[in-house]
Amino acid sequence: MLNGVKRDIPKNLPRFISSDDFLNKSRRLIEKKKKQSKTVFFNSYDEVFDKLKIKDKQTLSFHHHLRNGDKVIQDVSKIIKKLGLKDLHFAPSSIFPSYTNMIDLIFNGNITNIHTNYLNGEVAKIISEGKLKGKLVMNTHGGRARAIESGDLGIDVAFIACPTVDKFGNGTGAIGKNACGTLGYCISDLEYAKKVVLVTDNLVGKLDSYQLNGEYVDGVLVVDSIGEAKGIVSGTTEITKDPVGLKIAKDCSSLLYELDLIKNNFSMQTGAGKTSLAVVNYVKDIMKKQNIIGEFASGGITKSYVDMLEEGLFKKLYDVQCFDLDAVKSFRKNKNHIAMSASEYGNPFVKNSIANKLDFVILGATEIDIDFNVNVTTDSIGYIIGGSGGHADIAKGAKVTIIISPLIKSRIPIIKEKVNTITTPGEDIDILITERGIAINPKRKDLIEKLKTTKIKIYDIKELLEKTHNLTGVPSKIKVSDDIIGYVEYRDGTYIDVLREVHNDYIR
Amino acid sequence: MFRSLLFVPGNNPSMLQNADIFMCDAIIFDLEDSVNLDEKDNARNLVETYLLTTKELPKAVILRINPVNSELINDDLKLLETRRIDYVLLPKANKISLFVLDKILNDLENKFELKQTKVICLVEEAKAIIEVYDLAIHERVRGLLLGAEDLTSELEINRTISGEEILYARSKVIYAAISNKIIPIDTPFTDINDTEGLIKDCKKALNLGMKAKTAIHPSQLETINDIFSPSKEAIEWAKALLAKAKTLNKGAFQFEGKMIDRPIIEKAKKIIEKAKLFDLM
Repeated sequence: MLNGVKRDIPKNLPRFISSDDFLNKSRRLIEKKKKQSKTVFFNSYDEVFDKLKIKDKQTLSFHHHLRNGDKVIQDVSKIIKKLGLKDLHFAPSSIFPSYTNMIDLIFNGNITNIHTNYLNGEVAKIISEGKLKGKLVMNTHGGRARAIESGDLGIDVAFIACPTVDKFGNGTGAIGKNACGTLGYCISDLEYAKKVVLVTDNLVGKLDSYQLNGEYVDGVLVVDSIGEAKGIVSGTTEITKDPVGLKIAKDCSSLLYELDLIKNNFSMQTGAGKTSLAVVNYVKDIMKKQNIIGEFASGGITKSYVDMLEEGLFKKLYDVQCFDLDAVKSFRKNKNHIAMSASEYGNPFVKNSIANKLDFVILGATEIDIDFNVNVTTDSIGYIIGGSGGHADIAKGAKVTIIISPLIKSRIPIIKEKVNTITTPGEDIDILITERGIAINPKRKDLIEKLKTTKIKIYDIKELLEKTHNLTGVPSKIKVSDDIIGYVEYRDGTYIDVLREVHNDYIR
Repeated sequence: MFRSLLFVPGNNPSMLQNADIFMCDAIIFDLEDSVNLDEKDNARNLVETYLLTTKELPKAVILRINPVNSELINDDLKLLETRRIDYVLLPKANKISLFVLDKILNDLENKFELKQTKVICLVEEAKAIIEVYDLAIHERVRGLLLGAEDLTSELEINRTISGEEILYARSKVIYAAISNKIIPIDTPFTDINDTEGLIKDCKKALNLGMKAKTAIHPSQLETINDIFSPSKEAIEWAKALLAKAKTLNKGAFQFEGKMIDRPIIEKAKKIIEKAKLFDLM
């Protein structure tokens, strides 16, 4: 049956209707866990598995704050292999290329179902090729928090890598040899999982301030290393030198200026790529020249935003995840660098979420179609190469959502008649900025009207599609297999698209 | 009239493909110094294919050919048959090379019924600095571009940020060009990571009388355009002055406490002309 974005969703599964549809539903919350006894200290992963009676078919969750530097999910995977547990449901908030120990577990049926927000690397490749025996569900950061808090995603044991833990089971990411900053993605896991284990490599006597409350923690495992904090670095500290990226960034800043979005007390969020950084720099210049002070910037926080906070250009940073070590340092030292949970960030049922307070967001796209639907999940031949993360959450919440992208990436047009996979519905995308022109979603008549008196030329997105085809020719249609390997779950818990196995012709 | 001209190596397909989107007033497709000898044919083919197939050309197309005494010159100039080249940039320009180019161009124009090809001379030899006025008066020549890297190499002196070593050359180019109502174009600033240095260099060139500057990377264009464009204040001043001149219809009058006569009115007209051309109004 077709859903609200005309994708065929199997019967009996919840179909996406519209991004506002959750407003017709009331929030469901299960009770927060109540710890039965005082915090236990374990000596080994084996003991954790033994004492917590972890068994086949259970759901284990993890966060991804250590990103490519994470060792906890790797170590837990090793134990699962050793114990031969079967049919486990893994629910990490994201899966990175370094999580290689999951590969054998997927091939051997130890892990048969996965729930995550973002997926990249070899695990993504084998799942794309149909090696996961069950299903993959890819939801959003805010949607994951909603699912856990409502009981839709029940977690048996949450393994939470935590850079510093005290003797009372309280935890923080601000300090420790592997400090990674905020721990926003695991707050729902902490509060709602049946059992919670903090895994740390830095045990201290008593923490004065902490983000993870020991009240919810069943056990603590002290290990030699939870990973490598250097691996958390995402994005870049260098502004793009790519001329196409620079052109897009410049045009984006001009558009923000003309739309009067850069003004006192405004709020913004961008990605961490080089072009986004160039946009941030242009915005910074405008703010300095016009003595503008913004209310807050949010998201995964990078050095560029830390610098702006320190220069007094923003009053606050709301941070769900530190993207580099400068952000970690800032979070530790600056009281205006504030941690937020994934729920506070983008849960649709949290009315005053940070996503809902954003004036504008600047996001990327792997593909965008003529209905403005965006794909950041699969590549041009259907391999999974990412996922929503917070994309769909902030696209819905922000007053203006802007996609920046070159028209052509590696000779492949990014504008399509229909995207291969819908991650974020077109109704939540307002503006597309490319190096060859800007298109505005026709439903945003207010923005179109506002730009009428400016020099910014607006194209119909179909004109941009034609321009692209003039350069590349019309790409042949992608072949898809009939086999469904998983679903893209919108933030409200409905299915916005299906994920299909990569066609045999493309297996590499 | 230009502010910024961007060099694009002819053998760089991705730069060619995006040539129309850069924020410059002209693209110089280079077949000379940025292209190795074994890449010359490839570069020429790529530029020709680009010119023949692209739907959206840059604002102005300039082709830097190889020197007229090279074996490559005839093949390079065949690209004029595309009829999509606005100017030829003559490297190592001097009276002799310009004479030779003029002769080849005359033959080509007759043979293929082409309109007269406009030339910009790249003034990059000590000899050219001495002969620069003779270059500027040639009927084909519409601009003089100073090439300070080759020049200082010949002089065996170092380039500096302050640019004192090229003051004489810059001045000669400027006076030869302006006195012949053609455009003087400044040498590129070669450190693409030094934005502060670029700003200083642009301002220095502008204050001496240069009207445009070449760029070797698109990231330099915004700075160059900003500095070589009339400022908002200058545009407002020129608009108000010309409005008053129109109302009073006098040869001389007072404006904002200063005496205004014909040269000032001409200056204001030029500012407005530039502002319109560069879409600043």
